[in-house]
Amino acid sequence: MIKNAFIFITLILMSLLLLPLATDIKPMDSFNSLAERYMKEGPKEVGSANPVTSVVVTYRGFDTLGEVTVLFTAFMGVGLLLRRKEDEEMIVEAEKREGSEILQTASNFITPLLFIFGIYVFVHGHLSAGGGFQGGVIIASAILLGVLSRTSYKINDNLVLFVDSFAGLMLVILATLGVILAGGFMDNRYIGLGEYGKLFSAGAIPFIYSFIGIKVGSMLTGILKNMSQG
Amino acid sequence: MGGFDTVEILIGFIGIIMVIFAFVAVTLKNVTGAVITSGAVGLMASLVFLLLDSPDVAMTEATIGSGLTTVIFLYAIKKTSKEKLKDD
Repeated sequence: MIKNAFIFITLILMSLLLLPLATDIKPMDSFNSLAERYMKEGPKEVGSANPVTSVVVTYRGFDTLGEVTVLFTAFMGVGLLLRRKEDEEMIVEAEKREGSEILQTASNFITPLLFIFGIYVFVHGHLSAGGGFQGGVIIASAILLGVLSRTSYKINDNLVLFVDSFAGLMLVILATLGVILAGGFMDNRYIGLGEYGKLFSAGAIPFIYSFIGIKVGSMLTGILKNMSQG
Repeated sequence: MGGFDTVEILIGFIGIIMVIFAFVAVTLKNVTGAVITSGAVGLMASLVFLLLDSPDVAMTEATIGSGLTTVIFLYAIKKTSKEKLKDD
């Protein structure tokens, strides 16, 4: 009882602490100077029609690499903690129940579509909303649907690791090429910027974002594999 | 008062639903239900992001916050609890 009271008091104090954030908020009628710089010069410098992508992939490229590293660490941690030996896996396998027929039929139909949609999202990251992270998660959720619907659905561990490592290597190579050929790390201008708003535009952004998408998708697939089957 | 446009009213409405879902998630005794309810909070948050004109954040929140996290939590509960989860 007294424990609950303490939790309640702490929550009230927390909300009082955060209340100024909610009450002091004012709608902004203009960008601050940094945002204005990104919005005005971004299309000319980076050539990306989606300003969010130009910030995420080029101006703040280091942060993106950090995010990928955090995900990679999580993937490795889950793999390290939940990996099981072959004989243990057999016991888990026997307890599993096959998905219902509705789920199986639906997943046969939806899984390929989700795959294509995920690829679309990260390939078009510089044109429309979304990008590598969102596309990767959509691909991982397509695989999740397969795992849920069938007990026979196996994820190849080595393939996941290979795709993940390959995409990571390509990502770092593409990012480092920016240092050698253009202005800095993750600079996209060593490939011609192309016509603004077309699929092959914005220099290296489509390639970098595709590899981010593939890497995020394979890492989340690895996490799902370890959580569900490992 | 007054001077609220449709988007603001919608955001307020979704915000109230979010608070209700969050309260249910905290107070539910059933852990599976609590995880699913907190996933619903994430889904509502993604709607708010969409209404605030940030589709990039909305997509991330909808896929990771309410989709994948919920599933990973459910797997984690299944792995850590001694008795098996009910199938539904």
